[in-house]
Amino acid sequence: MNWTDVCALEDLTPDRGAGALVDGAQVAVFRLSDGPVLAVGNTDPISRANVLCRGLVGSRGERTVVFSPLHKQAFDLVTGECLDAEDVRIPVHPVEVRDGRVLVGPAGAARRIA
Amino acid sequence: MSARSLVVVGHGMVGHRLCEALRERDAGQTWDVTVLAEEPRPAYDRVGLSAYFTGSTVDDLSLVADGFLDHPRLRVRLGEPVVAVDRAARTVRTAPGHTYRYDALVLATGSYPFVPPVPGREAAGCHVYRTIEDLDAISASARSSRTGTGVVIGGGLLGLEAANALRSLGLTTHVVEFAPRLMPAQVDDAGGQTLRAHITGLGIGVHTDTATERIEADADGRVARLVFGRHPEGLTGLDADVVVFSAGIRPRDELARECGLAVGERGGVVVDEGCRTGDEHIYAIGECAAAGGRVYGLVAPGYAMAEVVADRLLGGAASFTGADMSTKLKLLGVDVASFGDAFGTTVGALPITFADPVTGVYKKLVLSDDAASVLGGILVGDAGEYGTLRALVGATGALPDDPARLILPAGGGAGTGVALPAEAQICSCNNVTQGQICAAISDNGLTDVAGIKGCTNAGTSCGSCVPMLKTILGQQLAAAGIEVSKALCEHFDHSRAELFELVRLRGITTFSQLIAEHGRGRGCEVCRPVGASILASIHNGYVLDGERAALQDTNDHMLANMQKDGTYSVIPRLPGGEVTPEALILIGEVARDFRLYTKITGGQRIDLLGARAEDLPKIWQRLTDAGLESGHAYGKSLRTVKSCVGETWCRYGVQDSTTLAIDLELRYRGLRSPHKIKMAVSGCARECAEARSKDVGVIATELGWNLYLGGNGGHRPRHAELFAADLDTETLVRYIDRFLMFYVRTADRLQRTAAWVESLDGGLAHVREVIAEDSLGICAELDAAMAHHVDTYQDEWKTTLADPVALRRFTSFVNAPDTPDPDIIHVLERGQPRPARDGERAALIAGTTLPVVRQRTAPTDADAGTDAGTDAATPAPGLVPTLTSPEK
Repeated sequence: MNWTDVCALEDLTPDRGAGALVDGAQVAVFRLSDGPVLAVGNTDPISRANVLCRGLVGSRGERTVVFSPLHKQAFDLVTGECLDAEDVRIPVHPVEVRDGRVLVGPAGAARRIA
Repeated sequence: MSARSLVVVGHGMVGHRLCEALRERDAGQTWDVTVLAEEPRPAYDRVGLSAYFTGSTVDDLSLVADGFLDHPRLRVRLGEPVVAVDRAARTVRTAPGHTYRYDALVLATGSYPFVPPVPGREAAGCHVYRTIEDLDAISASARSSRTGTGVVIGGGLLGLEAANALRSLGLTTHVVEFAPRLMPAQVDDAGGQTLRAHITGLGIGVHTDTATERIEADADGRVARLVFGRHPEGLTGLDADVVVFSAGIRPRDELARECGLAVGERGGVVVDEGCRTGDEHIYAIGECAAAGGRVYGLVAPGYAMAEVVADRLLGGAASFTGADMSTKLKLLGVDVASFGDAFGTTVGALPITFADPVTGVYKKLVLSDDAASVLGGILVGDAGEYGTLRALVGATGALPDDPARLILPAGGGAGTGVALPAEAQICSCNNVTQGQICAAISDNGLTDVAGIKGCTNAGTSCGSCVPMLKTILGQQLAAAGIEVSKALCEHFDHSRAELFELVRLRGITTFSQLIAEHGRGRGCEVCRPVGASILASIHNGYVLDGERAALQDTNDHMLANMQKDGTYSVIPRLPGGEVTPEALILIGEVARDFRLYTKITGGQRIDLLGARAEDLPKIWQRLTDAGLESGHAYGKSLRTVKSCVGETWCRYGVQDSTTLAIDLELRYRGLRSPHKIKMAVSGCARECAEARSKDVGVIATELGWNLYLGGNGGHRPRHAELFAADLDTETLVRYIDRFLMFYVRTADRLQRTAAWVESLDGGLAHVREVIAEDSLGICAELDAAMAHHVDTYQDEWKTTLADPVALRRFTSFVNAPDTPDPDIIHVLERGQPRPARDGERAALIAGTTLPVVRQRTAPTDADAGTDAGTDAATPAPGLVPTLTSPEK
């Protein structure tokens, strides 16, 4: 796996996202307040603006989601599914936290929750 | 076909309704309308006239919507009464001698107050009560009164209104009524007794069964004493120098008489079901008409006649066959309602009565001889059941087994579970039936009364049916199995107001504590910002402190408004809309240096659009260095206080509106609230600051400030309503403090003040009780909360600039902080940048036909892949690619 070291875990605010460049792709990395770090594509497929890292994190039912800051659609942070529009999906990136550093892999690679 | 000419004589409430109805429905513009009016001002609300003494202005009373009189096919000639009708020539002549030809003529001349032939009635200080001029004259007499005593002759509906007016002018007030009870046309003896008890309790003298024999004047010709010819307790008279006659009305039918049209036995132009007189070209409507042999002295039948004539003029066949004379009103604070066969004159009618002298309630229900349907009724002191009971008139099979339950206190009319028939009329002002309301609820999925109002107009005029609307809504939703949930979202079962109280009373300081103790899950885009807003309202402090940073929507998180392409707009505060030349130049320089699109906002601010996330701190630094601060354009908080230049510059201004606007803006800046709050201050009644379209509008008067509350623009524009008049600045600010804090505490999420006021039982009157009369005993708390806000305000831009941790979020890429988002592409239009459109983007990114200057050549470990190169080609007309960031 070609991991990109994007930042220290401490650089991420709990329950907020940050944008990162991973092999040329724009990625949104989220550190949840209860531990896990998740990464998805940063591009909001509905507005096509690179803004998902600035959305609010929350839950919809059992799913952990990010809400697009533009029109509030919810995206599952684990599967990439859009819960408010059919057949819309964002790429999901694997994340590892190693020695306090956050490592993000290319989209579509085997999913692991750090 | 060229348009025909309609001449309307009179621009009162009914004449105006005709103009409105015709302009609304005459899609083919087949009628040119000329209104010839005797009064010097366009139609106003004569029914609400007494409000003129409690702060309403002539403008408030006006019935004419802005721009209505500018209609090209409508002309209104004020102060030009018609003096003669020539039926043969089909012309009318006016007092100034002008002649107007008509194809159709509508007499809407109304009525005049009847003054009984009491000797001495011409004395100075004797008045009638019908026009704004009458009110001005009464007001002047009250001011010059030496006895401090006023008498109303006539104890009917209008007489009690007049008594209220005299009382509000500070006079000791008496009502003299010839009949043995008050409001003899609407209530029976027992109802009159109950009403009398209420009114004497207010300190108003009531003299029923009393005849005024003569009026005596002093040496100056001013009324000095009323002498009674008959009084039940033998009182010989009253010393008073203000007298108002309110002894009924008489139709203004003299034009009709003079041109030979038939008039009724008791006056009134005789009309048929189409409101047409004996002359096929002439109609009569309202109080001047005798329809079915009867003159109607209420506005609702007049409106109905106006609608009939509008329909007939457009070829329809509508007819007026009598009107519901039901009345419900609050007189001197007392509910009085009368409907249907109130006196039980129907053969075999069965009356049921309930009276409670302790609370001053009297209710009477008149049933048919088989006790199967309601014929009418009277309610005094508590008219809560009016809506249900009136709607039941004429309905069969809808009564409970024990009809008395309908008026007994425990039964509580609206809660009796009586099923109204679909044709039952709920809103009599706008003629909306139960069936229409139910259909609107189910067809549109409505869940609140505001929605019903919007869809059906029910409840939008007098408002007396609003409790009924609530009941119907509740029943309808319950029947559909829909529970009206107040729950904020899936994470909380509470409403925003409940959460606010939880946070306040339990001293909760974090969202995680709130959701752990009172909610579930992680929260969402609804409850997290609400939590942030509540915590900010209560504790104030920096909105991005600690955990609160994670609650804010992107706009509050970045302290700027996100635009469609992920860039932000920046709006510095310009309090009151005032800006120095230096600040203006600085703003221009910042816009130029950061390549920002610049536009003036509706709230007198300068909006700088297209700022990249990583540039925001640099932009703020430049602005704050020059003494500017955040304008909170991104927050659910006070946005702007707009103002005119006021008396400082304007030749019409009567107060310093700009200074007040600045003071208000600095006082309330940063206050987090359920929705945005807008304010404005106008320096005179010309209202250049458009204050009445704001949540809080202040309009200067000669004596102080008029305060208007609850307005907004947007998709459902609403004018703010007058809350209080002629306030000094201190009182004004105190009222605004409390209004805002009461709103912040109790409104729903994203509920503007207009909808909030509408949602309160009692509306603005309730707000007045709470914040002016302290009916809930919370004013001290509200004052303290606002004082805390004012004391702890900080500029969020400045705080952020001083916080290295907070500043870290202002990057596009955490692992390449200097790299801008390469997908943001702006092009020039009219000399300013704007986001590239799809076609433009494709061309620019492909780099084949248009030149693009690479965004910014910062070193990065990953090429974003949009290097479009700098190869030249011809730009599209008016379209020049541009750098999107300044060189550093």
